[in-house]
Amino acid sequence: MSAFNAIGEEREIDRDEFTPSVEPQPTWCPGCGDFGVLKSLKQALPEVGKTPEEVLTVTGIGCSGKLNSYLDTYGFHTIHGRSLPVARAAKLANTDLEVIAAGGDGDGYGIGGNHFIHTARENHDMTYIVFNNEIFGLTKGQTSPTSPKGHKSKTQPSGSAKTPIRPLSQSLTAGASYIARTAAVNPNQAKEIIAEAIEHDGFAHVDFLTQCPTWNKDARQYVPYIDVQESDDYDFDVTDRREAAEMMYETEDVLNEGTVLTGRYYVDEDRPSYQEEKSAVGELPDQPLAERYFDEDAEWERSYDLLDRHT
Amino acid sequence: MSSDELIWRIAGGSGDGIDSTSQNFAKALMRSGLDVFTHRHYPSRIRGGHTYVEIRAADREVQSRGDGYNFLLSLGDSFARNPQEEAYYGNEEIKPLSENLDDLREGGIIVYDEGLISEEDVEAIDLEARAEENDWHVFPMDLRGLAREHGREVMRNTAGVGVTAALLDMDLEHIEDLMSDAMGGDVLEANLEILHEAYETTREEYEFEHDLRAPEGSHETEQALLSGSNAIAYGAIDAGCRFIAGYPMTPWTDVFTILAQNFPDMGGVSEQVEDEIAAAALALGASHAGAKAMSGSSGGGFALMSEPLGLAEMTETPLVLVESMRAGPSTGMPTKPEQGDLEFVLYTSQGDSSRVVFAPSSIEEAYEQTRLAFEIAWDYQLPAIVIYDQKLSGENKNVDVEFFDREPKPDLGSTLTEDELAEAAHDASGKFKRFNYEDAENNVAPRSLPGQKGGRYLATGNEHSPVGHISEDPDNRVAQMTRRIEKLDSIREELNEEHESNQTYFGDDDAEYGIITWGSSHGAVHEAVERLNESGHSVKGMSVSDMMPFPETEVTEFLESVDEAMVVEMNATAQFRGLIQKELGRFGEKMTSLLKYNGNPFEPAEVVEGYEVNLADDDREPTAQVRIEPAAGD
Ligand SMILES: Cc1ncc(C[n+]2csc(CCOP(=O)(O)OP(=O)(O)O)c2C)c(N)n1
Ligand code: SF4
Repeated sequence: MSAFNAIGEEREIDRDEFTPSVEPQPTWCPGCGDFGVLKSLKQALPEVGKTPEEVLTVTGIGCSGKLNSYLDTYGFHTIHGRSLPVARAAKLANTDLEVIAAGGDGDGYGIGGNHFIHTARENHDMTYIVFNNEIFGLTKGQTSPTSPKGHKSKTQPSGSAKTPIRPLSQSLTAGASYIARTAAVNPNQAKEIIAEAIEHDGFAHVDFLTQCPTWNKDARQYVPYIDVQESDDYDFDVTDRREAAEMMYETEDVLNEGTVLTGRYYVDEDRPSYQEEKSAVGELPDQPLAERYFDEDAEWERSYDLLDRHT
Repeated sequence: MSSDELIWRIAGGSGDGIDSTSQNFAKALMRSGLDVFTHRHYPSRIRGGHTYVEIRAADREVQSRGDGYNFLLSLGDSFARNPQEEAYYGNEEIKPLSENLDDLREGGIIVYDEGLISEEDVEAIDLEARAEENDWHVFPMDLRGLAREHGREVMRNTAGVGVTAALLDMDLEHIEDLMSDAMGGDVLEANLEILHEAYETTREEYEFEHDLRAPEGSHETEQALLSGSNAIAYGAIDAGCRFIAGYPMTPWTDVFTILAQNFPDMGGVSEQVEDEIAAAALALGASHAGAKAMSGSSGGGFALMSEPLGLAEMTETPLVLVESMRAGPSTGMPTKPEQGDLEFVLYTSQGDSSRVVFAPSSIEEAYEQTRLAFEIAWDYQLPAIVIYDQKLSGENKNVDVEFFDREPKPDLGSTLTEDELAEAAHDASGKFKRFNYEDAENNVAPRSLPGQKGGRYLATGNEHSPVGHISEDPDNRVAQMTRRIEKLDSIREELNEEHESNQTYFGDDDAEYGIITWGSSHGAVHEAVERLNESGHSVKGMSVSDMMPFPETEVTEFLESVDEAMVVEMNATAQFRGLIQKELGRFGEKMTSLLKYNGNPFEPAEVVEGYEVNLADDDREPTAQVRIEPAAGD
């Protein structure tokens, strides 16, 4: 018998199970795009057949980081920028868990930028949702790595001299095997994309445009979006790296000009996840590591058996 | 000179195979029945640069390097750059000979490779005159030529060992055995030929006028030769650790490498990651999901770990970190030991800390305390840090094999099973009260693991309610904070009651004076105390391993029992002495310090001298390499 019986449990899952029945109520501002992410996750999880207890959501710090406070799964609300290393190790320790990491653009592309590149490079089997509101929300409206050039804030009073980063292109270059952008203003697409990302075997990166009505009223997140898959103008093959790269580049350019394109940009079903690669070279045990601690029959090698080389 | 101990130093360039040769020779001495202890000196360069390893061997327990040494095998630096001119590092070929002469004892032996070290160079350092003055016995041998004749130049180490064995009147049996274990075929043939020829030639060519011979001894039980890093890695394995994440940094890399190499066969997982923040965060994530996990680094890398360390404290996630000190600040001296990170490790990261810090003082303690660190971390759900240094990390010592013969302890401490979870307290929404302070025994609130039925909760680095929701409620804050901090009192109590003391005592119980030390300085201090008592002084020693929680009673009793005490540590600011004063709030007037921070560990004689100058009112000036810090009020 497993020590983790919530994992893989087959039963009808009620959407409400993901909503805490008592406090806390979200502390987000009215109209905040973060509600959209919460909602799409609550819809997607039962749809892909996940029970609250087999899901681990790992968040960083920021308004975005509070996601798992309002979502009734196992959760780890970590520290600023560090959700990814915590999340990927949880997955390595117990490969049966459904691991979802989430955080803001400052959190994920700024302070956590290094971890983002490396987690994508290694293609860890997990989902990563970045709440991209082009601003630091929780610390009250400073310029973020995705804020447009010229963006004025209290810390960049003359307008930012920096070109915003290109999260989609960066993710592709680094090696993510599923890359999409969606927006809180389009709940149907958002739910679908989140569900796909969760089901994808590999690192699924979703750049989720969320509006921050409090600090970033002018943001393009309010502009009606265009779904690239549904528009005849943007015909490309999502499984082709080059075509995807070109589309992302264009998307990121037109975003700076005010047109919001969303949808799937790259889907590589063939690339093995890091967990698969690691187990192929014999560095990941077949049985989830965490299970072994509850396995009465597990054999624990001891250092005494290694002493031959020292005698 | 008597042969009661041999201290053999092999010197050459980094990359000349000094390490493996000395490792094998140390093992041969161990197998011949002697106790051995090694000391490694190397520069921060990959190839070339003077390096040496010292092996001290005697028919009694040795737990420190000696004072000086009595046998030098100098191979010359084959990677010396620019041998014609004085290069940046000076004429390097001869350094393995010239740089070592100061510490060679009277009557000592010198063997050098005249195939590599030229006659003119030897003349230039006045070796002959110095040898006469010190009664050294010098044996120039063309080790390189001999090796080249039978195989390859690199085998000159073997030739050197052959000469050593001849001069010390040693049997070749153990050396041959070790060679056949390590190699085979033509390589083995060639090495054996070289060994024998070097041995025979030495015996034929020279008449031995020196008194030094290999001491004789015997062991009643089988011995294993291993380093502090091995002991830490093995302690972790036996504690059930099967997850390690790290980023290389000397000297922590040793522990990392040992585990990374062993884990695939043991069903463990090791990860080399992008930086140390990630490394500690991974260990934390793995632990959160139910693996016994560790990470570690040296000072600079540990600095980056301060965030995940604090997160582990706040979320009460068990975790073991090792911190292997080298000389700082900043990148400091990467290959040199120091005990300068004590305060850093005790207080790194924001807020009031609730962590355990052990500082093992020997190879055996390194094993024991790493095991204990896992046990305490998982029982009490907090991070435990093992702090040690480059010296303990790299030194080798023989340990009774039986010492390691114990059962693995993979249990997850205060982690609940699903059955237990069903009985545990939940809130109205069905969330598990993971951070329950109401009936926490020993201040511990048992935890669940993601994926378990009935255990859902939120672990958060913000202050949180019993189910893990962010909370700034003052009553909750006080209850949670108090519980976390008071875990240390529960741990102190457990350490006092259920474990043999981690502190080590030596010397005369009723002594007038005391020497107190910590970590890897213990060996030299221990030996110094024995010598002082033999020469009529009245001294006792204490080596403290528990840094947090601090063993208040034990240290108080020790200090109360002596008139004056000297605190010995390898740093410039007397950090351990500061800790004692902070923890006990007294004894400032009773303690003086003996400090050393030149990159080399204490030799027993320096401690003896420090004691005489400090406490026995000798009016000698101490050597320039150590510093005396008077007691407050002095
Ligand atoms: C190490 C560290 N640096 C800075 C902060 C302060 N901080 C909290 S949230 C935040 C910015 C969050 O912005 P973003 O990730 O875009 O998330 P949002 O609040 O917009 O959702 C910062 C800088 C912190 N908590 N930790
Ligand atoms: S500050 Fe902005 S991001 Fe934060 S909750 Fe308010 S609207 Fe949302």
